[in-house]
Amino acid sequence: MNSDALRFLDERLSTNRPLRKALRYVFPDHWSFMLGEVALYSFLVLVATGTFLALFFEPSLDPRVYAGPFEPLRGREVSAAYESVLGLSFEVPAGLLMRQTHHWAADVFLVAIVLHLVRIFFTGAFRKPRELNYLIGVTMLGLAVLEGFLGYSLVDDLLSGMGLAIAYAVAMSIPLVGGDLAHLTWGGEFPGSGVIQSRLYIGHVFVIPAVLAGLIALHLASIVRQRHTQFRGGLESEDNVIGTPLWPGYALRSAALALLTAAVLFGLGGLVQVNPVWQWGPYEPWQATNGAQPDWYLGWLIGGLRLMPPVEIVIGDFTLVPNPFFAGVLFPAVVFGVLYLWPWLEQRFITRDLASHHLLDRPRDNPRRTAVGAAFFSWVVTVFAAGAADRFFLSTGVSYNTQMWIFRAAVFVVPAVVYVVAGRVARELRAADRHPLRGWSGAVVRRTEAGGFSADEAPDASRAP
Amino acid sequence: MSRVGRALLLVLLFWRGLRAPRPPGPEPAVEEGGPEEGRPFRREVGAQRRDELLVAGLLLASAAASAAFIALLFADADPRLLGLSLALAVGLLGAALGLASRRLVPREEAIEQRPRLAHPEALPPVRARLGSVGQGVSRRGLLGAAGVAAGTALAAAVAVPVTALGPAVGESIAQTPWRRGRRLVGENGKPLRAGDIPAGSFVTAFPEGADKRELGSAVVVVREDPERLALPPERQDWAPLGIVAYSKICTHAGCALAMYRQPLYEPTSDQPGIACPCHYSVFDPRTGGTVLAGPAARSLPQLPLRLGPGGELRAGGGFSGPIGPSWWGVRKT
Amino acid sequence: MLAACVAVALPACASPASGAADPVGQGRALYIESCAGCHGDDARGRHGQAPALLGVGAQSADFYLSTGRMPLADPRAEPVRSPPSYTAAERRALVAYVASLGGPRVPRVDPGRGSIAEGQELFTSHCAGCHQIVGRGGVVPGGVAPALQEATPQQIAEAVRIGPYLMPAFPERQIDQRELESIARYVLSTRNPPNRGGWGIGNIGPIPEGMVAWLLAGTALLLVVRLLGKRAEP
Repeated sequence: MNSDALRFLDERLSTNRPLRKALRYVFPDHWSFMLGEVALYSFLVLVATGTFLALFFEPSLDPRVYAGPFEPLRGREVSAAYESVLGLSFEVPAGLLMRQTHHWAADVFLVAIVLHLVRIFFTGAFRKPRELNYLIGVTMLGLAVLEGFLGYSLVDDLLSGMGLAIAYAVAMSIPLVGGDLAHLTWGGEFPGSGVIQSRLYIGHVFVIPAVLAGLIALHLASIVRQRHTQFRGGLESEDNVIGTPLWPGYALRSAALALLTAAVLFGLGGLVQVNPVWQWGPYEPWQATNGAQPDWYLGWLIGGLRLMPPVEIVIGDFTLVPNPFFAGVLFPAVVFGVLYLWPWLEQRFITRDLASHHLLDRPRDNPRRTAVGAAFFSWVVTVFAAGAADRFFLSTGVSYNTQMWIFRAAVFVVPAVVYVVAGRVARELRAADRHPLRGWSGAVVRRTEAGGFSADEAPDASRAP
Repeated sequence: MSRVGRALLLVLLFWRGLRAPRPPGPEPAVEEGGPEEGRPFRREVGAQRRDELLVAGLLLASAAASAAFIALLFADADPRLLGLSLALAVGLLGAALGLASRRLVPREEAIEQRPRLAHPEALPPVRARLGSVGQGVSRRGLLGAAGVAAGTALAAAVAVPVTALGPAVGESIAQTPWRRGRRLVGENGKPLRAGDIPAGSFVTAFPEGADKRELGSAVVVVREDPERLALPPERQDWAPLGIVAYSKICTHAGCALAMYRQPLYEPTSDQPGIACPCHYSVFDPRTGGTVLAGPAARSLPQLPLRLGPGGELRAGGGFSGPIGPSWWGVRKT
Repeated sequence: MLAACVAVALPACASPASGAADPVGQGRALYIESCAGCHGDDARGRHGQAPALLGVGAQSADFYLSTGRMPLADPRAEPVRSPPSYTAAERRALVAYVASLGGPRVPRVDPGRGSIAEGQELFTSHCAGCHQIVGRGGVVPGGVAPALQEATPQQIAEAVRIGPYLMPAFPERQIDQRELESIARYVLSTRNPPNRGGWGIGNIGPIPEGMVAWLLAGTALLLVVRLLGKRAEP
């Protein structure tokens, strides 16, 4: 920026002082601190491609007869929404590229958030003073999952329509209020008059993105205010931040990351097919396809719904809690509950540590947290894997029913084993750090008074940590 | 002097102009509210000619890819080519910037003092100021209670319009388009006769004249051997010629029951079942839709069938129970 | 051994009671050797083991033999597509024999006469629940609905009419000849689905998509941040 421009802004908006401060702002450099940024840039790609799509998408379930270039669906009755997405895929220039980039960006947005969450968790970055920022992050995770689901359900294709029916059933299963809640959302019984489409649309293109943008702003402002955490090293302490100044190093690096993230997303968007809605056909409530799955970040829920035995809470013949509640509501509530409460659960039960921390732990520095966290995540991943048991059966021949029983046991066994193993590994690594010669065996060579050398068996240097 | 060198000189003077150079190490405590300056304690300046050329090359290559994208867009090219060119345009630019950040511009490591977050000394004046609102006000209890009442009531008033979004679940689920005497029609709208239901196959049917998309409309009709039927006692006349009809919506989570398991030779395989592709619940058409397997916990509602005078299939009434997924209060049948 | 025998000299392997050009007799001989163990010498089946073959016709015989589903080693196992155990000539003989016991002929089907749009709609209504919308197959409680990319038009038509293993059987009254041809045309098209968006990754939906997001994009982006960022001090 040249001096005239800077002076222009400074005389009107007082920009020079904050700019001077901002340009010197120091960012720690570790690569794992950039995962949240990958999520942020995926979000920006989502907004950009989403805006393009919104210029063509028709959020209405009014019936149309398809007369476009895709022959297998010609003459079929479809909704206006589905027809407009077929138009984007086959007729709008770069339409399919934008659609697929948008969908890949959503999938990758969640991959980045999960990787980022894992980093935050295992390094203890959620500790005081960052608990609030952590809560914002967990909220954004939940919103991102919901946003993705709403987005691909807007298309009204067979695959996502089946998913919406299941969402309706899960809403219905909430005790006391579920039936009314579901009917409120759909404007009546599923699939309703079509007003759900307006609600999905406004939620997906405005309400949730606006809330997400606001939360992202708060999230970033918090980091600026508190400064980023850092790993222990040479000069790092609780009182300083060591890293690259914002200008020129960090700004260029962030710009590079934004562009490379976008490049990966556009590359996938053009080269790897995702959500080929023309293949699924339009949604009708009386039709279904085998092998229907939600997008990856909801796989844990389909796993739960398939794993859960046919348990319902019933008094006589009066149903209190229908089956989908357990996997569809209780399971995610527990997972998010643990995530939300974790800073205080850890403080109460594991560390009893009320101090502020700006230096990060490595996973080995807090073996209990590492063990519990690894067990918790492995529990979710096990349920997640159960959701793909049908495909696994087709690949390997292990019977579906057998797999269900194996997974039902694994849901208990795997976290227990992971807890023990992860805790063990972390403790061993920590002990090796503290006592590098622990377990060493060899000989101690000494100079004798006469000038020669004598070698003695090493003292037993192994000690329990 | 080269442009890069000039820029560097400016940056150096800029920094020097602000304070005298100090040795690296923790800064002394910063005064309240004062600016916090980061100072690079390690600086590496200077770019290799090779890296400069590489960055320039990447930038130019990115420009070429962008031009290619524009040309391909106007040529209505394949999404693959469009995606590749755009990805290269963006990615090469990103690579150029990344390389520049690591090899071209000054590589600096700076130290910055963390701002003190807590300021407990500022708490009493803040509290005093906030509390001053009540100075001179005597009926604090009354005002407080009235304020709370106003606030909660307004919150409720603002929230209540959400009930306009839709009806209470009530009895609406029990109402399906099926009535006694309604004819069954196929997906194409043509009335179904008994002869249209072959043994060994399944047919999807709807009430004549009704909206096919209503959840209570679709039924799956199969013909079982009357000798093998074991319907509940009150449904003995629901299956003329062994033809039975059930709601096509799974009572677990609302998917369409698009699978019909029909053994060619039952002794070496499984019994017939109406199954769901979502979570693999299976219902028994011979015993009135009882659950054979899977997570469904409520039987599949059965539709009574009658044969009309011309052999056409008609409903003999409404379903045996509520269709679709369960909710609080639904009765198991 | 049987194959070698046939290759050398047909007459030498014919049943002693019939002449060289008697496929039914040949078929009967093959039948006695390999099939009668479960289906009975009189083709009336063995209760609890295998159904009768009286009245199943050339349609069934051709389907089961050409897809290699029969002979089946274990009567309780699900018959699945495998390399046929018999040569084409042997299959013709067996089919001729089973046809002689009565039943439907091998169906004639010309997919070219069908409409792909009608095929898509019919396939969705009758088949996709088990075979998946583009015929990639899937789990059915009690068995497997196979992927359909290897099926020939004739085998498609046969399966639709027979309803093998756990599949429903759709007679002409339900799916007429023209509709059958449309379905066959659609099923054949699933061998090469129109993957306009690039690499189809199996056309089975979000599972491979999730794998790409994690293993392709995730690894690429982790690589990028590793290159751009610094590693921790040792």
